[in-house]
Amino acid sequence: MTETPNKLVISREGQITIVELLDEEILEEATINEIADELFPLVSSKPNIQLLLSFIRVKHLSSSALGTLIRLNKRIEENKGTLKLCHLKKPLYEIFVITKLNRLFEIYDDQATALSSFEKKA
Amino acid sequence: MPTQSYRDIEIPSDYHRAKEVEDAIIDSAQSHGYHEDDLFALRLSLEEALTNAIRHGNAGDREKKVILRYYINENQADIYVADEGPGFDPTAVPDPTITENLSQPNGRGILLMRAYMNLVEYNDTGNVVHMVKLNSKP
Repeated sequence: MTETPNKLVISREGQITIVELLDEEILEEATINEIADELFPLVSSKPNIQLLLSFIRVKHLSSSALGTLIRLNKRIEENKGTLKLCHLKKPLYEIFVITKLNRLFEIYDDQATALSSFEKKA
Repeated sequence: MPTQSYRDIEIPSDYHRAKEVEDAIIDSAQSHGYHEDDLFALRLSLEEALTNAIRHGNAGDREKKVILRYYINENQADIYVADEGPGFDPTAVPDPTITENLSQPNGRGILLMRAYMNLVEYNDTGNVVHMVKLNSKP
Protein backbone atom coordinates (compact mmCIF):
# COMPACT_ATOMS: atom_id res chain seq x y z
CA MET A 1 0.00 0.00 0.00
CA THR A 2 1.45 3.36 -0.98
CA GLU A 3 0.02 6.82 -0.37
CA THR A 4 1.41 9.99 -1.91
CA PRO A 5 1.04 13.20 0.13
CA ASN A 6 3.00 16.26 -1.06
CA LYS A 7 6.02 16.07 1.17
CA LEU A 8 6.31 12.36 1.89
CA VAL A 9 6.15 8.97 0.25
CA ILE A 10 4.64 6.48 2.65
CA SER A 11 4.95 2.73 2.20
CA ARG A 12 4.69 -0.29 4.43
CA GLU A 13 6.92 -3.30 4.98
CA GLY A 14 5.09 -5.68 7.31
CA GLN A 15 4.41 -3.77 10.52
CA ILE A 16 6.89 -1.04 9.66
CA THR A 17 5.84 2.29 8.14
CA ILE A 18 8.51 3.73 5.87
CA VAL A 19 8.38 7.45 5.20
CA GLU A 20 10.64 8.96 2.56
CA LEU A 21 11.08 12.72 2.81
CA LEU A 22 10.79 14.26 -0.65
CA ASP A 23 12.42 17.66 -0.11
CA GLU A 24 16.13 18.10 -0.79
CA GLU A 25 16.21 21.14 1.48
CA ILE A 26 14.53 20.95 4.88
CA LEU A 27 15.67 24.32 6.13
CA GLU A 28 12.86 26.82 6.04
CA GLU A 29 10.05 27.19 8.54
CA ALA A 30 7.34 26.79 5.84
CA THR A 31 8.78 23.54 4.47
CA ILE A 32 9.29 22.12 7.97
CA ASN A 33 5.72 23.00 8.98
CA GLU A 34 4.29 21.35 5.86
CA ILE A 35 6.26 18.16 6.55
CA ALA A 36 5.16 18.21 10.20
CA ASP A 37 1.53 18.67 9.12
CA GLU A 38 1.77 15.41 7.16
CA LEU A 39 3.91 13.45 9.62
CA PHE A 40 2.25 14.15 12.96
CA PRO A 41 -1.27 12.96 12.00
CA LEU A 42 0.27 9.76 10.67
CA VAL A 43 1.99 9.15 13.99
CA SER A 44 -0.90 10.27 16.19
CA SER A 45 -3.39 8.03 14.42
CA LYS A 46 -1.34 4.90 14.94
CA PRO A 47 -0.33 3.79 18.44
CA ASN A 48 2.78 1.56 18.60
CA ILE A 49 3.88 2.79 15.18
CA GLN A 50 7.21 1.48 13.97
CA LEU A 51 8.39 4.33 11.78
CA LEU A 52 11.45 4.43 9.57
CA LEU A 53 12.24 7.88 8.23
CA SER A 54 14.38 7.87 5.09
CA PHE A 55 16.55 10.88 4.25
CA ILE A 56 17.70 9.44 0.94
CA ARG A 57 16.74 12.59 -1.00
CA VAL A 58 17.61 15.15 1.68
CA LYS A 59 20.70 17.33 1.20
CA HIS A 60 20.16 20.10 3.75
CA LEU A 61 18.73 20.20 7.29
CA SER A 62 18.46 23.06 9.77
CA SER A 63 18.23 23.16 13.55
CA SER A 64 14.49 23.84 13.15
CA ALA A 65 14.18 20.54 11.27
CA LEU A 66 16.04 18.81 14.10
CA GLY A 67 13.58 20.35 16.56
CA THR A 68 10.66 18.91 14.61
CA LEU A 69 12.32 15.48 14.57
CA ILE A 70 12.74 15.65 18.34
CA ARG A 71 9.06 16.56 18.79
CA LEU A 72 8.09 13.74 16.44
CA ASN A 73 10.20 11.29 18.43
CA LYS A 74 8.54 12.42 21.67
CA ARG A 75 5.07 11.96 20.18
CA ILE A 76 5.98 8.47 18.96
CA GLU A 77 7.40 7.50 22.34
CA GLU A 78 4.24 8.78 24.07
CA ASN A 79 2.28 6.45 21.76
CA LYS A 80 4.64 3.55 22.60
CA GLY A 81 6.06 3.50 19.11
CA THR A 82 9.57 3.50 17.67
CA LEU A 83 11.31 5.93 15.32
CA LYS A 84 14.47 5.12 13.37
CA LEU A 85 16.30 7.12 10.71
CA CYS A 86 18.20 5.94 7.64
CA HIS A 87 20.09 7.09 4.54
CA LEU A 88 21.57 10.24 6.08
CA LYS A 89 24.27 11.56 3.76
CA LYS A 90 27.64 12.13 5.40
CA PRO A 91 27.25 15.93 5.87
CA LEU A 92 23.82 15.42 7.43
CA TYR A 93 25.05 12.66 9.74
CA GLU A 94 27.77 15.11 10.80
CA ILE A 95 25.03 17.51 11.99
CA PHE A 96 23.68 14.73 14.21
CA VAL A 97 27.18 14.09 15.56
CA ILE A 98 27.87 17.79 16.26
CA THR A 99 24.56 18.15 18.10
CA LYS A 100 25.01 14.69 19.69
CA LEU A 101 21.55 13.78 18.44
CA ASN A 102 23.08 10.55 17.14
CA ARG A 103 22.73 9.52 20.80
CA LEU A 104 19.01 10.30 20.81
CA PHE A 105 18.10 8.74 17.45
CA GLU A 106 18.80 5.28 16.06
CA ILE A 107 20.44 5.96 12.69
CA TYR A 108 21.18 3.33 10.03
CA ASP A 109 23.17 3.58 6.81
CA ASP A 110 20.48 2.04 4.65
CA GLN A 111 16.88 0.92 4.65
CA ALA A 112 17.56 -2.83 4.71
CA THR A 113 19.72 -2.62 7.84
CA ALA A 114 17.17 -0.40 9.53
CA LEU A 115 14.31 -2.75 8.68
CA SER A 116 16.16 -5.77 10.01
CA SER A 117 16.89 -3.90 13.26
CA PHE A 118 13.12 -3.57 13.83
CA GLU A 119 12.74 -7.32 13.31
CA LYS A 120 15.52 -8.12 15.76
CA LYS A 121 13.80 -6.07 18.47
CA ALA A 122 10.42 -7.63 17.71
CA MET B 1 30.16 47.30 11.27
CA PRO B 2 32.89 48.10 8.78
CA THR B 3 31.70 49.69 5.53
CA GLN B 4 34.48 49.12 3.05
CA SER B 5 33.41 47.08 0.00
CA TYR B 6 30.49 45.46 1.82
CA ARG B 7 27.11 45.01 0.21
CA ASP B 8 24.02 45.96 2.26
CA ILE B 9 20.64 44.30 1.99
CA GLU B 10 17.64 45.15 4.14
CA ILE B 11 14.65 42.82 4.25
CA PRO B 12 11.48 42.59 6.34
CA SER B 13 11.14 39.73 8.84
CA ASP B 14 10.04 37.34 6.14
CA TYR B 15 11.39 33.81 5.61
CA HIS B 16 10.76 33.91 1.85
CA ARG B 17 12.79 37.10 1.46
CA ALA B 18 15.48 35.61 3.68
CA LYS B 19 15.69 32.59 1.37
CA GLU B 20 16.21 34.89 -1.64
CA VAL B 21 19.14 36.57 0.11
CA GLU B 22 20.58 33.21 1.13
CA ASP B 23 20.38 32.01 -2.48
CA ALA B 24 22.11 35.16 -3.74
CA ILE B 25 24.98 34.75 -1.26
CA ILE B 26 25.37 31.04 -2.04
CA ASP B 27 25.36 31.81 -5.79
CA SER B 28 28.07 34.38 -5.25
CA ALA B 29 30.18 31.93 -3.21
CA GLN B 30 29.68 29.32 -5.90
CA SER B 31 30.87 31.71 -8.61
CA HIS B 32 33.99 32.37 -6.52
CA GLY B 33 34.78 28.64 -6.57
CA TYR B 34 33.97 27.74 -2.98
CA HIS B 35 34.18 24.03 -2.15
CA GLU B 36 30.94 22.06 -1.82
CA ASP B 37 31.53 21.64 1.94
CA ASP B 38 31.93 25.42 2.32
CA LEU B 39 28.68 26.02 0.45
CA PHE B 40 26.94 23.52 2.75
CA ALA B 41 28.32 25.36 5.79
CA LEU B 42 27.33 28.77 4.42
CA ARG B 43 23.79 27.65 3.55
CA LEU B 44 23.25 26.14 7.01
CA SER B 45 24.77 29.05 8.94
CA LEU B 46 22.89 31.70 6.94
CA GLU B 47 19.66 29.82 7.51
CA GLU B 48 20.34 29.66 11.26
CA ALA B 49 21.38 33.31 11.54
CA LEU B 50 18.42 34.60 9.52
CA THR B 51 15.93 32.38 11.34
CA ASN B 52 17.30 33.59 14.68
CA ALA B 53 17.04 37.23 13.53
CA ILE B 54 13.45 36.85 12.30
CA ARG B 55 12.04 34.47 14.92
CA HIS B 56 13.92 35.40 18.09
CA GLY B 57 15.38 38.87 17.38
CA ASN B 58 12.42 40.52 15.67
CA ALA B 59 9.86 38.09 17.17
CA GLY B 60 8.36 37.64 13.69
CA ASP B 61 7.33 41.30 13.50
CA ARG B 62 7.27 42.10 9.77
CA GLU B 63 7.66 45.80 10.52
CA LYS B 64 11.10 45.08 11.91
CA LYS B 65 13.98 44.72 9.48
CA VAL B 66 16.83 42.28 9.12
CA ILE B 67 19.97 43.90 7.74
CA LEU B 68 22.69 41.92 6.02
CA ARG B 69 26.09 43.35 5.26
CA TYR B 70 28.52 41.08 3.45
CA TYR B 71 31.32 40.62 1.02
CA ILE B 72 32.57 37.52 -0.68
CA ASN B 73 35.86 37.16 -2.45
CA GLU B 74 37.93 34.14 -3.45
CA ASN B 75 39.33 33.88 0.08
CA GLN B 76 36.42 34.36 2.43
CA ALA B 77 32.77 35.17 2.95
CA ASP B 78 32.30 37.84 5.61
CA ILE B 79 28.70 38.29 6.74
CA TYR B 80 26.89 40.39 9.33
CA VAL B 81 23.24 39.72 10.18
CA ALA B 82 21.53 42.36 12.32
CA ASP B 83 18.00 42.46 13.70
CA GLU B 84 15.98 45.14 15.47
CA GLY B 85 15.32 43.11 18.58
CA PRO B 86 16.59 43.74 22.12
CA GLY B 87 19.47 41.27 21.68
CA PHE B 88 20.48 38.39 23.92
CA ASP B 89 23.44 36.95 25.75
CA PRO B 90 24.81 34.10 23.61
CA THR B 91 26.82 32.78 26.56
CA ALA B 92 23.55 32.22 28.47
CA VAL B 93 22.17 29.77 25.88
CA PRO B 94 22.15 26.30 27.49
CA ASP B 95 24.47 23.68 25.99
CA PRO B 96 22.11 21.57 23.83
CA THR B 97 24.56 18.65 23.73
CA ILE B 98 24.43 17.74 27.43
CA THR B 99 22.27 14.72 28.17
CA GLU B 100 19.45 16.57 29.98
CA ASN B 101 19.06 18.98 27.04
CA LEU B 102 19.20 16.44 24.19
CA SER B 103 15.40 16.18 24.02
CA GLN B 104 14.91 19.94 23.92
CA PRO B 105 13.67 20.88 20.44
CA ASN B 106 15.35 24.31 20.37
CA GLY B 107 18.73 25.93 20.95
CA ARG B 108 21.02 24.29 18.37
CA GLY B 109 21.38 27.10 15.83
CA ILE B 110 24.35 28.85 17.42
CA LEU B 111 26.09 25.53 18.04
CA LEU B 112 25.81 24.68 14.34
CA MET B 113 26.97 28.12 13.21
CA ARG B 114 30.03 27.86 15.46
CA ALA B 115 30.75 24.34 14.17
CA TYR B 116 30.54 25.24 10.49
CA MET B 117 31.92 28.79 10.28
CA ASN B 118 35.50 29.88 10.95
CA LEU B 119 34.34 32.81 13.06
CA VAL B 120 31.06 33.56 14.84
CA GLU B 121 30.88 36.57 17.13
CA TYR B 122 28.13 38.80 18.50
CA ASN B 123 28.07 42.50 19.31
CA ASP B 124 27.65 43.47 22.97
CA THR B 125 23.88 43.81 22.63
CA GLY B 126 23.53 40.44 20.92
CA ASN B 127 21.47 41.63 17.97
CA VAL B 128 24.26 41.49 15.37
CA VAL B 129 26.09 38.29 14.49
CA HIS B 130 29.29 38.39 12.47
CA MET B 131 30.30 35.22 10.63
CA VAL B 132 33.29 34.39 8.48
CA LYS B 133 33.79 31.35 6.27
CA LEU B 134 37.16 30.78 4.64
CA ASN B 135 37.24 29.25 1.19
CA SER B 136 38.97 25.94 1.82
CA LYS B 137 40.18 25.81 -1.80
CA PRO B 138 41.06 29.39 -2.79
